[in-house]
Amino acid sequence: MRALNIAILSGKGGTGKTTVATNLAEILQANYIDCDVEEPNGYIFLKPENIMNVAVEVECPDINMEKCILCGECTKTCQFNALFNTKKDILVFEKMCHSCKACSIVCKTKAITFKPRKVGVIEKGEKQGLICMRGVLDIGEAMAVPVIKKLLRHTPVGLNLLDCSPGTSCNAVSTLRHAQGALLVTEPSAFGLHDLRMAICLVRKFDLPFGVIINKWDEKNGEFLERYLDGEGIKILGYIPYKREAAEVYSRGEMVRTIPAYQQAFDRIASSCGEVFQWN
Amino acid sequence: MKIALTCTGKEMNDNLDLRFGRCSYFIIFDSEKGVSYTLENKGQSSGGGAGIAAAQQIIDEEVEVVISGSMGPNAYNLMMSSGIKVYASKELPCAQVLESFNKGELEEITQAGPSHMGMGSGK
Repeated sequence: MRALNIAILSGKGGTGKTTVATNLAEILQANYIDCDVEEPNGYIFLKPENIMNVAVEVECPDINMEKCILCGECTKTCQFNALFNTKKDILVFEKMCHSCKACSIVCKTKAITFKPRKVGVIEKGEKQGLICMRGVLDIGEAMAVPVIKKLLRHTPVGLNLLDCSPGTSCNAVSTLRHAQGALLVTEPSAFGLHDLRMAICLVRKFDLPFGVIINKWDEKNGEFLERYLDGEGIKILGYIPYKREAAEVYSRGEMVRTIPAYQQAFDRIASSCGEVFQWN
Repeated sequence: MKIALTCTGKEMNDNLDLRFGRCSYFIIFDSEKGVSYTLENKGQSSGGGAGIAAAQQIIDEEVEVVISGSMGPNAYNLMMSSGIKVYASKELPCAQVLESFNKGELEEITQAGPSHMGMGSGK
């Protein structure tokens, strides 16, 4: 049995990616992987146990000033402004470095070696037999991609739900690289639709099978969203109702599927997921 | 002594650019020779670390004084460690700013401003 990774993304933030990913993980008996490493919050709801930590490190240039002749070739080559020539010293701005190592290739005196620098951690635990993983970027770090890459290098066998970061930037792209299908979560608002369109462009670029889940559903004001999806020939996998009760449950860190109407909504979504992805 | 002004255009009568890392041009005035020249700011188009890229250009030109609106922490610390003085001015034509500097009317910046100011968050 191999790994089947389904990414959950949205474009707009706050549409309910984590709500969908955590509730569906329990219903589909899937592993949960939180790839929103800048603010992973899935563990608040799933509460996994027996968590093991592994550090994520990147390689950063270390300049040997005894060999350095201050020619400045490394600073000119660096595309990320991570190196600076003060004419007395070469300074390394570690947080700007993308570990591309171009500096060491152009260095004539072989003055540049690399040292590891911790930028985050991978936490792996379990909840009732299901594997829960997440990446956590260290506070103050700017680049999430190294953490996401390490998190997804070896995904567990079986069905995995990848809870993406919002947006369509490097962080979402790095997660989608490992996905074989996508669930797009949106809401009936102008912003929801605007950002959903960007997310749709992205999953189409990756040529992934996908469907849309509409959260905070409001029959009176949601027609424009259905019309758009219908026109694009995109399958709506289900609707999640908009209720104060859900917000209360959520704010206590509990799963919304403890409310019967939500359990029913997720059951319907789970069965229509089967039609789109055919994992059985 | 070389004086660098962050400028919105290429000429001395263009206004001072209040951003350092994301300014459009540097006008560099050589007070001994009485001449000036203009450089495009390489930091303007960089994805990140604009202040660092701009500061590298300033140091490569052997500038001793920078006049701008404010300066972020990375660039400011680089200026300080290289012994370059930084002065603040209002958004006026660069020729006028230079005149004020020569009369000793500009104030020296003694601490860094917030980062990412030139990206629109500071306005």
